[in-house]
Amino acid sequence: MAIVGSGPAGLAAALEATNAGAKVLLIDENANVGGQLLKQTHKFFGSSKRYAGIRGIDIGNKMLQELDKNHVEISLTSIVFQIFGKELLILKNEKIQRVKTKKIIYSCGASEKVINFPGWTLPGVMGAGGAQTLVNVHRVSPGNRILMIGSGNVGLVVSYQLIQAGADVVAVIEALPKIGGYGVHASKICRAGVPILTSHKIKEAYGNGKVEAATIVALDKKWQPILNTERTLKVDVICLAVGLKPKIELPLMSGCKTVHSPTLGGRVPIHDENMETTEKGIYVAGDIAGVEEVDTAIEEGRLAGIASAEKLGYISEDKAKDLKIEVRKILGDLRSGPFGEHRERAKKQLIQIGKSSRQRLL
Amino acid sequence: MRIVKHPILGPLELKKNINIIVDDKIIKAYEGEPIASALIAAGITTFHKTKKRGDPRGYFCGIGLCTDCMMIVDGIRNVRTCITPVRGGMRIETQKDG
Repeated sequence: MAIVGSGPAGLAAALEATNAGAKVLLIDENANVGGQLLKQTHKFFGSSKRYAGIRGIDIGNKMLQELDKNHVEISLTSIVFQIFGKELLILKNEKIQRVKTKKIIYSCGASEKVINFPGWTLPGVMGAGGAQTLVNVHRVSPGNRILMIGSGNVGLVVSYQLIQAGADVVAVIEALPKIGGYGVHASKICRAGVPILTSHKIKEAYGNGKVEAATIVALDKKWQPILNTERTLKVDVICLAVGLKPKIELPLMSGCKTVHSPTLGGRVPIHDENMETTEKGIYVAGDIAGVEEVDTAIEEGRLAGIASAEKLGYISEDKAKDLKIEVRKILGDLRSGPFGEHRERAKKQLIQIGKSSRQRLL
Repeated sequence: MRIVKHPILGPLELKKNINIIVDDKIIKAYEGEPIASALIAAGITTFHKTKKRGDPRGYFCGIGLCTDCMMIVDGIRNVRTCITPVRGGMRIETQKDG
C-alpha cells in the first residue's frame, strides 16, 4: 500500500500496517517525515495512553524509532502528482516514477486559510504556521512586534512560541466574542502580558514596502465595526491564524466524493467507519479527513492502517474487529468534552454518509 | 534575526556557515536551511515584485504552496525559496517582473 503524507496520521498508519506484515511505501513531498510534528515544541494533552505530556517533536521521533524496527520503504522529496486508479505517478529528483499499489491512504494534512484586508500582501503578513516553521525549525524570528489574528489553538500556541523566540506579541485579536482555543494556552499568553482582544478585526495593514503598523477595530454583535474604536498598533509582523482546511487535491483526483463541513474545516472526503472513502481501497486519515488534532490524526491513521491491512489479508477479521473497537473508543474519548463534541457530531454525520454511500442504488 | 537562545530548543547548534549572493550582496547562511530563512535572518523582506504594479511580496505560507516567496535562483525563475535549501555560492535575485 502507499501512504501519502508522513505526518502523525501517515506514521501511525504505516506502523499498524507494517506491524501486520503489509508492504508499505510511505511518501512525503518534504525532505523529512513527521509533518506538523516537526514544528510542535509544546507539550501535548489528549489520550493518556498515548502521548500526553510529550512535546510534538519528541512524539515524531518516538514514532520514527518504532517505524525503523519494521520495514518501511520511505520516499522523501517525492510529489504524487497523478493517480490512475491505484497507480501513482511520483515526481522525485526531476524523475517520474510509476508505483502500482493495492491500497492508498491519503494522509496529506491541511493547509492554512487566509483572510484578506487592505495591505495583506505586504511582506510581514504571513501564515501563523509559516511563522512557526521559521522559529521552531529554522530558528529565525520573523520580526520583533507581532500581531496575531485568530485565537484558536494555532494562534495561541504560535503566540507563545514567538514569545519563547524573543519576539513581542503585541496583541491577539479574535473576531468571535470568545477565545477559540484551550484555556491552558490562553492563560499562558495572558500571564506573559499579551492582550487577547475578542470581537476585534483587522482593518488595514500599513507600511513602506513591508508591514510597519496595523489598525484594528472592535466589532458589534452583527460583526460590524464600531465607530471610534480604531487603534493603530506598531507591528512588523501580522500572523494569520484563521483556520485550516483539508488538502484534498489527491482524493479529488482519485474521484473521492466530498462534502462541505464547516466544523471540519471545509470540504472533506466522505469516509466510513474504517476511514475508507467512496472509492474502494482508498482511505483518508488525519487532518485531510477533517481538521482536528494530532492525537485524533494518530488514531485515524491507525484505523486506516488496520482496515487496509485487513482487506489485504494481513489481519484476520476477528483481530481487526478488536483493534478497531479499541481505536474507535479512543477516538470517542478524544472527541468528548466541550471542545470535542461538535467534531464528534460532525464525524458521526460524515461516517453515516460514508456508510450509506456503500449501498448501491437499484 | 537568529534565535540564539531558546527555552526549549536549547542553544543554537553550530552549523556550517556558507555564503550566498543575494542581488549581488554577500549574505551569510547556514548550510541546509531554506533560502527564505537566511534572507529573513538577514532582514530581507521583499522576495519578488508583482508584474503589473511592482508590489513587494515576501514569505507567507512557508510550506511551498502560495508562491509568494519565489525568486530567481542560479538563473532559474520562480523558485520557491521557503522550501529550497541554500548551497554555498548560490546566486539569488529578486524576481522583479511577476
